Amino acid sequence: MSFLDMDDRLLDLAARMDLVYSPLMDVKTFPEHVDITLVEGAVANQDHLRQIATIRERTDILVAFGDCAVTGNVTALRNPLNTAGVVLRRAYGDDEAGSPGRPPRPGGTADVPALLDKVRTIRSCVRVDVYLPGCPPPADVIVDVLSDLIAGKVDGLHNRSRLG
Amino acid sequence: MSVRTLTINGQPVSATEEQTILDVAREHGIDIPTLCHFDGLSEHAGCRLCLVEIAGSPKLHAACVTPAAEGIEVTTHSDRVTAYRRQIVELLLAERNHVCSVCVANRNCELQDLAVAMNLHHVRYEPQDPQLALDASHPRFIMDPNRCVLCTRCVRVCDEIEGAHTWDVMARGRRAMIVSDLNQPWGESPSCTGCGKCVRVCPTGALFEKGATTTVRDPDFLTYLKTAREQKLWIR
Repeated sequence: MSFLDMDDRLLDLAARMDLVYSPLMDVKTFPEHVDITLVEGAVANQDHLRQIATIRERTDILVAFGDCAVTGNVTALRNPLNTAGVVLRRAYGDDEAGSPGRPPRPGGTADVPALLDKVRTIRSCVRVDVYLPGCPPPADVIVDVLSDLIAGKVDGLHNRSRLG
Repeated sequence: MSVRTLTINGQPVSATEEQTILDVAREHGIDIPTLCHFDGLSEHAGCRLCLVEIAGSPKLHAACVTPAAEGIEVTTHSDRVTAYRRQIVELLLAERNHVCSVCVANRNCELQDLAVAMNLHHVRYEPQDPQLALDASHPRFIMDPNRCVLCTRCVRVCDEIEGAHTWDVMARGRRAMIVSDLNQPWGESPSCTGCGKCVRVCPTGALFEKGATTTVRDPDFLTYLKTAREQKLWIR
């Protein structure tokens, strides 16, 4: 939402870049040779773990975008529980095979990836080039940082937004 | 009263006998970060954020408890102390569960402000993710140890200003916890007067009012209270 809060400035940005992958685009595989990737959210399941490795491999500048990507934030609230089992039982019931009236439990089937026992920050999985904290990062900061990145500036980008 | 002269960051300054390095630095607009210090309370010197260098001494000195002695040369922002301060804030953030975005003190928190002032955009240390239960047994206040930095401001204000000494520190090191009376629920504490001073001095979101959506920052309130009490002057 904060990204969309850039309003008409999105059009200026769009003129300076090609959007090659996003949750809003019908692209299934992460493309090769990407200049800049904004990664939102933390690494919570096996699929994220595979994805982040691919993204790192195919990206020049990886931005940890927002508090969840930087610290784990709300997605990591379950980490003190130490195991995914507690969370899964709460959401899907006690029965491994699935409980009546509840959706099938992830992990057992190929459709839904298994949760990691602990939610991991992007940094704990792969190298991060730019940290953009904030919950959410303010739209003005996103514009500034993206503009600088597109212009080839990588230094001094970390300090423009705050945690929380 | 004898006057002492010393230098802070090369700047000559004068101090009275009772003043600490922190007092003198603040008087001259030199900002030394602190967390456990609170105007009107005794010094704890536990957070170690105010560590400074004194020429000729190999160790670092906590500015809040080191007298502004004659002739010393103090450096407040060398690369060495700045690196240590940053490390301290990172360790504090990693030690408990500080989740700014869902914390009642978000944007009103001294720990968060320190992180921002240090341009701290990520923590290098593995989060400890301790499982700590929140105490909501008090009718008006909540104690959330997940946000506690063990600055002991609550312990000191309760003992020194309110005179109740409800709070204290139990255990040591990473197991250390702020407890009320004999480690019993706060709501069952026979000594707590419910004055709320601990809530007012808490630098983070560890102590807050029930139903509150934000915390109050009032760094001068103990000075006000003490002036009122000792001099019968109700002035801000």
